[in-house]
Amino acid sequence: MDIGRYSGILKYVVKSIIKIISLLIAVSILSFVLVSASPVDPVRAYIGEVGMANMSVENLAKLEAYFGINTPPIERYWNWFTGFVQGDMGSSLLYRQPVASVIHVKFMNSMVLMTTAWIFSGLLGFLFGIIAGLYRGRWIDKAIKGYSLLIASMPTFWLALVLVMIFSVWLQILPIGLSVPIGVNAAEVSILDSIKHLILPALTLSVIGIANITLHTREKMIDIMGEDYILFAKARGKSNLSIIRHHALRNILLPAITLQFASISEIFGGSVLVEQVFSYPGLGKAAVSAGLSGDAPLLLGIAVISAALVFFGNLVANLLYGIVDPRIRRGSAYE
Amino acid sequence: MTCMNHKHILQIKNLSVTFTQYEQGLRKTDLRVIRNLNVSVGEGELVAVVGSSGSGKSLLAHAILGILPQNCDAEGNIWFQEELLSPERIKELRGKKIVLVPQSVNYLDPLEKVGKQVRKEQNEKSLRRKQEELFDFYKLPQKTADLYPFELSGGMARRVLLTTAMMESPRLIIADEPTPGLHLEAAKKAMSHFREFADKGNGVLLITHDIELALEVADRIAVFYAGTTVEEAPVADFQSVDTLRHPYTKALWRALPQHGFHPFPGNQPYAKDMPNGCPFGPRCPQLTSECEGNIQEQTIRFGRVRCIHAK
Repeated sequence: MDIGRYSGILKYVVKSIIKIISLLIAVSILSFVLVSASPVDPVRAYIGEVGMANMSVENLAKLEAYFGINTPPIERYWNWFTGFVQGDMGSSLLYRQPVASVIHVKFMNSMVLMTTAWIFSGLLGFLFGIIAGLYRGRWIDKAIKGYSLLIASMPTFWLALVLVMIFSVWLQILPIGLSVPIGVNAAEVSILDSIKHLILPALTLSVIGIANITLHTREKMIDIMGEDYILFAKARGKSNLSIIRHHALRNILLPAITLQFASISEIFGGSVLVEQVFSYPGLGKAAVSAGLSGDAPLLLGIAVISAALVFFGNLVANLLYGIVDPRIRRGSAYE
Repeated sequence: MTCMNHKHILQIKNLSVTFTQYEQGLRKTDLRVIRNLNVSVGEGELVAVVGSSGSGKSLLAHAILGILPQNCDAEGNIWFQEELLSPERIKELRGKKIVLVPQSVNYLDPLEKVGKQVRKEQNEKSLRRKQEELFDFYKLPQKTADLYPFELSGGMARRVLLTTAMMESPRLIIADEPTPGLHLEAAKKAMSHFREFADKGNGVLLITHDIELALEVADRIAVFYAGTTVEEAPVADFQSVDTLRHPYTKALWRALPQHGFHPFPGNQPYAKDMPNGCPFGPRCPQLTSECEGNIQEQTIRFGRVRCIHAK
């Protein structure tokens, strides 16, 4: 094996792993500080005002002990941290289940939603961006750009509400929310039902994501069409089609990869809002609930997992860059 | 040796290039960067257009090839082999009979292998053979075809760019600053390929800022100033300052190291604030009131000059 050629990549991966570990520690500390400093009283949030009033002092003390109110924060964090390192993410106070299994279930739900949105917004945004960049200044560019700017300046939750109004309230062809029909046994939920419930949240996320990717791709495309090598290709009598196929697409691929993987974080952020509006039981919604009820173990778990996911996306983008771009791939071999 | 004894390969008359710009919102201004330019290249001739950097010389090359940017408009007449060219005809000829040799490796797609680019992504056997022959001719190793542009040395890149030009059988090469950053000896060597090409009865239009190089290799020199050619003279006229016609050419001559290195004060006028009449007027020691009128080009001693005081 020719280790020399890959040593650069290996070094990069090792460096990245060290980076992610320190990043995750920082993220968990920050989330913990925030959730500890939050004015939400987890016990009160858990049993509600009425429950608080009716509860005996002994029971209240038991609950407070369960929620760890009286343990010093540093000790609590340390307990969580040592557990986490050994693979135990603790139990969610809210769901009364191990955090790992809560995250697993929610993550799978969100994953379907986010992957659909990610692929759709990536493909369509890429396509629209290229068309707009190629026909810069023409009507089609103006239409695409106008649409993207409009969407980009639209709040996600607002768009979600509008879609619900149109498709669920007026047309009544799609459900208002949740991921399965109400009042149906879990075993009887068909795939079609799941897809139906997925359409609106995925559509909202995609529509929002497209705008961003379109605008970025358009800018890059305009830059590329102004490059000297495009001019030279024209001077050599190449047809527009051949220039686009052989030079423009090839060169836009690199920024597109970066953009696509960087957009993971935005889709993730968007999914929090979308899941909230559609009551879609995903990671985003779980994060909001955990935050509002002071469920520190769950919140920390979700924060760490999502940070890892976003970081991983960027890492993949950088590695792909090295594979696609000959200047990086072959650069080291010719130094 | 003058252009008059030859059949023309390229003849440009009254070429003007105008940029349309929007400044401060929606106010539209036209910026004339090339005005009434005349230049010709005969069979077997290497003609150099010499002008200082940033004076818009490259636009001349782009105008001939019909690859000006969209907000740019060209007027005037261009003949190629005695045929008046239309924009459609230019499209047919460019890359085939009229080829561009650009200045640097930046004009190659950084993500495509050199061989594929030279062949314009075609893969036929005959083209492969032609490419291999040309690589041999220009002393490029055959494995160059599998390299990416960033892996080429400066010299290799220049020769690869030449190969792209020679893949078809051109009659006219437009070389736009083909030797940037090379000292005179190396540049002369790089230019020998162009000289050979011209000597076979073809034409070369060399666009450069390097007057010393132009004097070494060209047959005729067109001096480019503020968007136009102020003088077109056989290279022999540069032997002495007295055989030159235009005051700017004379100033250039005196600024050469071997002629005393006399700097010349002032700068070229920017296209936006061009003086009336002769563009050189404000810097000219011979300025008179007539210079602000329309300056016609006149032929003096087999050279052409745009100056009413020229003798």
